[in-house]
Amino acid sequence: MQSAAAQSAPAPQSAPAVVSARNLFLTFQTADGPVNALSDVTLDISKGDFVSFIGPSGCGKTTLLRCIAALETPTGGKLTVNGMDPDAARKARAYGYVFQAAGLYPWRTIGGNIRLPLEIMGFSKSEQEERVARVLDLVELTGFEKKFPWQLSGGMQQRASIARALAFDADILLMDEPFGALDEIVRDRLNEELLGLWDRTGKTIAFVTHSIPEAVYLSTHIVVMSPRPGRITDVIESPLPRQRPLDIRDSPEFIEVAHRVREGLRAGYEE
Amino acid sequence: MSEAVAEGTAPRPHRRLPIPPVVPMIVALIALWYVAAVPMNIKEALTQVERDGAVVSPESAVERRDMSNWALVARNPQHIAGSWATARPRLPAPHVVVEELYDSTIGEEVNGRRGLVRSGSLSNRSLVYHGLVTLNATFVGFLIGAVLGVALAIGIVHSRVMDMSVMPWAIVSQTIPIVALAPMIIVVLYSIGVQGLIPKAVISAYLSFFPVVVGMVKGLRAPDGMQLDLMRTYNADARTVLQKLRLPSSVPYLFASLKIAIAASLVGAIVGELPVQRGGLGARMLAGSYYGQTAQIWAALLTAAALAAVLVGLLGWLERKTLARMGMQT
Repeated sequence: MQSAAAQSAPAPQSAPAVVSARNLFLTFQTADGPVNALSDVTLDISKGDFVSFIGPSGCGKTTLLRCIAALETPTGGKLTVNGMDPDAARKARAYGYVFQAAGLYPWRTIGGNIRLPLEIMGFSKSEQEERVARVLDLVELTGFEKKFPWQLSGGMQQRASIARALAFDADILLMDEPFGALDEIVRDRLNEELLGLWDRTGKTIAFVTHSIPEAVYLSTHIVVMSPRPGRITDVIESPLPRQRPLDIRDSPEFIEVAHRVREGLRAGYEE
Repeated sequence: MSEAVAEGTAPRPHRRLPIPPVVPMIVALIALWYVAAVPMNIKEALTQVERDGAVVSPESAVERRDMSNWALVARNPQHIAGSWATARPRLPAPHVVVEELYDSTIGEEVNGRRGLVRSGSLSNRSLVYHGLVTLNATFVGFLIGAVLGVALAIGIVHSRVMDMSVMPWAIVSQTIPIVALAPMIIVVLYSIGVQGLIPKAVISAYLSFFPVVVGMVKGLRAPDGMQLDLMRTYNADARTVLQKLRLPSSVPYLFASLKIAIAASLVGAIVGELPVQRGGLGARMLAGSYYGQTAQIWAALLTAAALAAVLVGLLGWLERKTLARMGMQT
């Protein structure tokens, strides 16, 4: 991924841009007048990147994610996903989306919830079974297929919702503060698991958060955003290796990146 | 949802009926009923015992007519019991109603000339027969009302035009007193050759579709923005969203509405029986009032109330079964 600024692409990032935004604007018309949710956002996300969007409320990080998912439409600029118009990419099922709440259907079992997109997309019965088993294994929920959501803890529910987003093999995973409602211990474990999953599957992940350690721990690139109007203030490329044990968070490199993110966030406020 | 329930089936708390508080309440209500029956019936009771040779105070019937009921009770405490046993009470005492209830159900069917035991078919003087007549109309009306209600709700949720055009009329329809409308429905349907069960069922449906529409519109709109967004990310069409998200979400709302609707259906069927006098609990109530048989009215009323309780209870049972099967806790 490259910001529009002159960050020249190093060797491993010669992969084609999966998401490409050029001078994106989005203005919401509200009763209190227009709100500039996104202002002049330019960004490329390359295949296999893990990109975090971090910033205070109202900086447009969720809005940007929703634009990529074609749940919102930018009012200006150009945005492509997999080289297509975002809406066409949505129809081509280019991405899986994970929301802040697990949003599992209480009347479906865990297996039934993961099967939901597969049923809608018309996979055969046997293929559904095979895929459900595979993604349950991927998120370490094997054996919970027949349980109802209320029988699972919050962390397990969120894992099930990630499995649901993975079930139909979209290359892109869009995650909107998926662990925001979980406690720190569960969140740490899920972060570690998510990294493992990203490493094994080679997905491109766009991840919204407002936790600095989470963003630094997970990402290959950290996009720092600031509000009013929502815009990108910094894009930090992480020097951390792909394999990251939890205790990497005590390393000088980690602390250095976290410091730079914090500086970027502060700069956004002071402007 | 706490972390503690992670391992499988957490026990669901048993639901127990709070019987102890209910019993004293019923006893208190029955006691109140007996107390209320005294002033209501005292004039009639005094006339009756006087005719039988007892001394009452004051002795002049004309004087008594101008006195308040409570004053008469105060001056004739020895005749209080008589007010629970008058021939034509204004307010029959509970045991009189229970007696009438027994006579017009089991008593009539077992001992009556036209009863089930002697004639092999239900007596047209029994509340069992009339109750079944009403129940038939209630069921047909409820079915029409529920199906119509769900269909209208689906239309309203999916079409802005229907939302704006149907809902106001549905509300207006319920502002017209059904007692005023019922005879017109019967007359209009009769003039095109429809009579018997159908007009009653139509009135029934007229009352019962409304709670279903209101509840189902609410239920079908229950899924929040996130759940609808999720469907959008799957590129699901409106039919799939209805089938996989909106309808399952609306089930708890549906049952709440159906409980109101079935009680309304019963009321509709009874109102539809008032002007026709061809059987049914409504016909029994009106006949009772024509002939001053208040015990008969009360017996029919209690039968209707018991029917409503059973029907609502049945739906409640069905609701618990359905929600349990859907894995949703009630």
